[in-house]
Amino acid sequence: MSDIAPAIELVGISKAFGPVQANKDISIRVMPGTIHGIIGENGAGKSTLMSILYGFYKADAGEVFISGQKTEIPDSQAAIAAGIGMVFQHFKLVKNFSVLENVVLGAEDGALLRPSLAKARKQLKSLATEYELNVDPDAIIEDIGVGMQQRVEILKALYRQADILILDEPTGVLTPAEADQLFRILGRLKEEGKTIILITHKLREIMDITDTVSVMRRGEMMATVKTSDTNPADLAERMVGRKVLLRVDKVPAQPKDVVLDVRDLNITDDKGVHRLKGVSFQVRAGEILGIAGVSGNGQSELLEVLGGYEKATGEILLNGDPIDLTGAYSDGQSRRARGIAHVPEDRQHEGLIMDFTAWENTAFGYHHDPKYQRNGLLMDNAAILKDAQEKMGRFDVRPPNPLLAAKNFSGGNQQKIVVAREIERDPDLLLVGQPTRGVDIGAIEFIHQQIVALRDQGKAILLVSVELEEIMGLSDRIAVMFDGQIMGERLPDQTNEKELGLLMAGMKDGEAA
Amino acid sequence: MDFFTFVQLGDASVRMAIPLLLACLAGLFSERAGIFDIGLEGKMLAAAFLSAAVSFASGNVWLGLLAGIGISVLLSVIHGLASITFKGNQLISGVAINFFAAGLTVVIAQGWFAQGGRTPSLPNDARFNGLDFPGALTRFRDKMQASPGMQFYSEFVSGHSILVYLGLLTVPLSWWILYRTRFGLRLRAVGEAPEAVDTAGISVVRLRFAAVAICGILCGIAGAYLSTAVQAGFTKDMTANRGFIALAALIFAKWRPWHALGACLLFSLFFAIDIQFPRLELRVVWIMVLLIGSGVAMTAYALRKDKIDVIVLGGLSLVLALVALLAWRGEMSDEIGAIAALFETVRVPSQLIQSLPYLFVVIVLAGFVGKAIPPRAGGQPYVKER
Amino acid sequence: MDAMPKWADVVLVPVVSLLLAAIISAIVFVAVGQNPWDALKLMAYGAVGTSDFLGYTLFYATNFIFTGLAVAVAFHASLFNIGGEGQVLLGGLGAAIVCLYVPLPHWSLALIAGATAAAIFGALWVVIPAYLQARRGSHIVITTIMFNFMASGLLIFFLSGPMKPIGEMQVATAVFPAATHLPSLHDVAQMFGSEMFGRSPVNISIFLALIACVGVWALIWHTRLGYEIRSFGKSESAAKYAGISAVNITMVALLISGGLAGLMAVNNTMGINSPQLVDNAAGGAGFIGIAVALMGRNHPVGIVIAALLFGALYQGGAELSAATSIPVQIVVVIQALVIMFTGALDEMVRAPIEKLFLRSQRAGE
Repeated sequence: MSDIAPAIELVGISKAFGPVQANKDISIRVMPGTIHGIIGENGAGKSTLMSILYGFYKADAGEVFISGQKTEIPDSQAAIAAGIGMVFQHFKLVKNFSVLENVVLGAEDGALLRPSLAKARKQLKSLATEYELNVDPDAIIEDIGVGMQQRVEILKALYRQADILILDEPTGVLTPAEADQLFRILGRLKEEGKTIILITHKLREIMDITDTVSVMRRGEMMATVKTSDTNPADLAERMVGRKVLLRVDKVPAQPKDVVLDVRDLNITDDKGVHRLKGVSFQVRAGEILGIAGVSGNGQSELLEVLGGYEKATGEILLNGDPIDLTGAYSDGQSRRARGIAHVPEDRQHEGLIMDFTAWENTAFGYHHDPKYQRNGLLMDNAAILKDAQEKMGRFDVRPPNPLLAAKNFSGGNQQKIVVAREIERDPDLLLVGQPTRGVDIGAIEFIHQQIVALRDQGKAILLVSVELEEIMGLSDRIAVMFDGQIMGERLPDQTNEKELGLLMAGMKDGEAA
Repeated sequence: MDFFTFVQLGDASVRMAIPLLLACLAGLFSERAGIFDIGLEGKMLAAAFLSAAVSFASGNVWLGLLAGIGISVLLSVIHGLASITFKGNQLISGVAINFFAAGLTVVIAQGWFAQGGRTPSLPNDARFNGLDFPGALTRFRDKMQASPGMQFYSEFVSGHSILVYLGLLTVPLSWWILYRTRFGLRLRAVGEAPEAVDTAGISVVRLRFAAVAICGILCGIAGAYLSTAVQAGFTKDMTANRGFIALAALIFAKWRPWHALGACLLFSLFFAIDIQFPRLELRVVWIMVLLIGSGVAMTAYALRKDKIDVIVLGGLSLVLALVALLAWRGEMSDEIGAIAALFETVRVPSQLIQSLPYLFVVIVLAGFVGKAIPPRAGGQPYVKER
Repeated sequence: MDAMPKWADVVLVPVVSLLLAAIISAIVFVAVGQNPWDALKLMAYGAVGTSDFLGYTLFYATNFIFTGLAVAVAFHASLFNIGGEGQVLLGGLGAAIVCLYVPLPHWSLALIAGATAAAIFGALWVVIPAYLQARRGSHIVITTIMFNFMASGLLIFFLSGPMKPIGEMQVATAVFPAATHLPSLHDVAQMFGSEMFGRSPVNISIFLALIACVGVWALIWHTRLGYEIRSFGKSESAAKYAGISAVNITMVALLISGGLAGLMAVNNTMGINSPQLVDNAAGGAGFIGIAVALMGRNHPVGIVIAALLFGALYQGGAELSAATSIPVQIVVVIQALVIMFTGALDEMVRAPIEKLFLRSQRAGE
């Protein structure tokens, strides 16, 4: 083993962001020609570590060895020169540039553009045949799907002759079928002798494709093991530091009357793209309807319409009465007044105002509530503060200080503030989007329990999540969305990931069964 | 109006368009790189002052130009420090630079020349003078009597200062840099997605500073042109809001060089009108058609929209109608009656003519030209995501 | 946790910024051959050296409180109202129309009617820019600058035509009827047997300005509208989620802003010793409001302090330029430096201070 130098060796890497220690004295070795997984919870420091390797951040301390050579990586230029390529979780593409221009950017041959573009066009063609990475070089990025965009990112790295490829949560935006295809490509790259580092929080991916795996927790490296020597339960325990429930505990649902009845909902956006195409479904009191699907297939728009900040045509009945889809009473305030609460998909840009204190956020969206008013004119800030204190206590928000700005809480605690605010409104219908995105496992368990508890009180819940595991674990009924349509409905105990995956990829109901 | 009047109007438009155009292209480079620059005005003003001052002191207008460019680039670098290095608010930084230039030019001019905050008049050899092309007529009387082709050649084509021709050349040059060079590709990329540029191994900071520096150079030339070619010296606030109008032209042009040329020529036409026709007279009936017509159009638009549109645009229409009626009423008298008053001519108030360019800017910004999408990362400092 | 205690954020950072602005200003003085220390002494004397001078300082401060509040209210909604200058002029037009053409028997009525008209006119002048920003996304900064120019054109049109008294040469309205004259603070002082404030124009509008401060404070931090304005200002997408209408908040915040700027006319048109509307009635106060709001951290208390400072600067600068050859534009330079350091270069000042606190915290642990 010690004959070959590791492709990458990191020694004693530390990095702090202000008061937060993201990486603590981390060491890791990755052998050439292997696929190495790095697994850990949100905020464990995986992405930070890899961003340091790619020169995106500068480490406070530590050394990097590439193929046995000590290498300084002050910026991405140096990383690229050392043969490292990285596909970030959020793609780093220029949206209104063509594929070709994106590939060439930063790797031009000379001061003039045309020769570089011509050369890249040729090169792309040969890479495409070599690795099954077919992309139209003249397509504009914003016109192609996320799967294609990911290919462009991989092509960018290969065009720069990367020997080491880092992928950060690459499957988050892919259907299961697309993910399988990606893994095939990664397998090909490995055969060619390239080294691949895969960052993920999905245990299944680690087990399926990696040779070795490193587990990180709270900025520290817990262990590096051979994948064949471990199992999912073991990895999960190492990730969290204690035994975890991989399944949500709940009793069977007892659905009652229909609370939400959506009929033939359609949205066409500013660019004339049909975002929702005749969506119809029902949610009953006392059940959780989970909407599965790869992000960008109309789920967000659906939540936005129901939440009152996107216009649509069609019909929505709440407890049998129609709600306005246009006009003065179609806004979020009216929805809240009708008993619709909403935990939005993006808590940092929608659910919370990061610069507001926790107590101010407690009233957000409900600031017209009579209990927060002192008289007709002024708000009762003291009442809001008191309310916030109680809610933070009940939901175990840490630190339990309502005077702190929302941005100073961790992702899990931020989400708890949002969930507390929405659930404690005692709504008839709760809309929940990506409730556990960027949330640590402890908070995930707690939030899931709260959602189930609300269901057991006889409330209707519409859950949207791109995490298939979460959908399978939480829902009483599952609807799958693809390209603005509902492809089919399933019961969680009568289906499996494969079947749902096919529906998510656009197979018709009959074909998938 | 004869042909020569039109040629003169065109000639004045081009002359007035040059500082606008240079400032507009300056803004284009800066905004394409993601740095909004509301301080074009201040940079031009500072350059106008310093180039006049140095030209006067040295007698060499090229030295003056260089000094103007120098001060403008310096202010650009300050803007860059605030908005790139320290990730400050770009609007506020730009506003500060405008005030800084507006105040400092007068203070220093007074300190150096003691002529009430202006520079002394530049002698002819310390200015950029018109270049007379071979065979072009130079005397006004000769031109009046010449053939239309000769009038066009002598008045419109020939006789501008070298900066005019240079200014026009910057349009194809900017286009070429932007779309045909590596630097241009990177510049456009950094205004759209700085994170893409950063992860491609290119310094966002260096690129943006380069863009801001180009912006400074172009503003410097624009300012020098105003005080050493159009005028013979610096006067207080001589840029007269051109920096802001250039920004409006940039939006109108949707951040594209050739379109910027068109937009600037159009805007400068309104300045030229003010210069060529300071006393504009119109028949009452045309005023009524224009004002009431646009009022009706706005109201019709508003009625298809929301309550708020009806209130604002309806109110504005009423004001316009009122103005039209007042113009009519003012001409009525016992002798001619109401109908004949419609065909009387009224002098358009000079304040209104002077306001025309500004009014036109507002109308353009109101979006009667379609949606303009600025560079995506514009106005935002680049902070690496966590 | 926040790295810095609150007092450092509210007091230390602005004070350091101000010091930096002062240092650069000193360099400017040296550049035009003036001893900065002498200049400072002259300006300080000119600002507070006599009770007359103090009165002028307070008079200007009153102006700047109004425009500072105007800019601050818009800032809370993340809108940059740079059109205070034009809104002040229109406010003056409103006040002048009421005072000249409505028979008002007593100054108290004139104050109410004049203030109402000034606020309404100021607000109306921002309606179109606000509407275009809200509905069409037209940049409020550029449109309000254009409206500043048009406002001065409009005012000159009225003052040199319809509203000019026959036979007068000055571009101004007639002096308002005596019944509408607001009591000056000198009048108030005389009731107590004092000759304080002498012939300075500082008048009871300063109390109106302070009332406006309390009003803005209550509005921003204690009403639903203020909550919505701040929400919209901090996060447009979150406001949308919460059902806060972007169009309404943009319009309302800017109308309030324009109204506050318009209110300044009560002080500088109705409150001066010979009350009348003149063509340069705004005198740059609309722009100084930007510096005042930035320095005052958009909080009424901060704005009052910053307005007093700028009042002193403006008055001191005027005395300085009378005593030396330095033109009054030196005030604009200092104002620009304050905007630069407290607004755009905030991070340059803040980051090292923050680091210092972080280090001392670590050392303390």
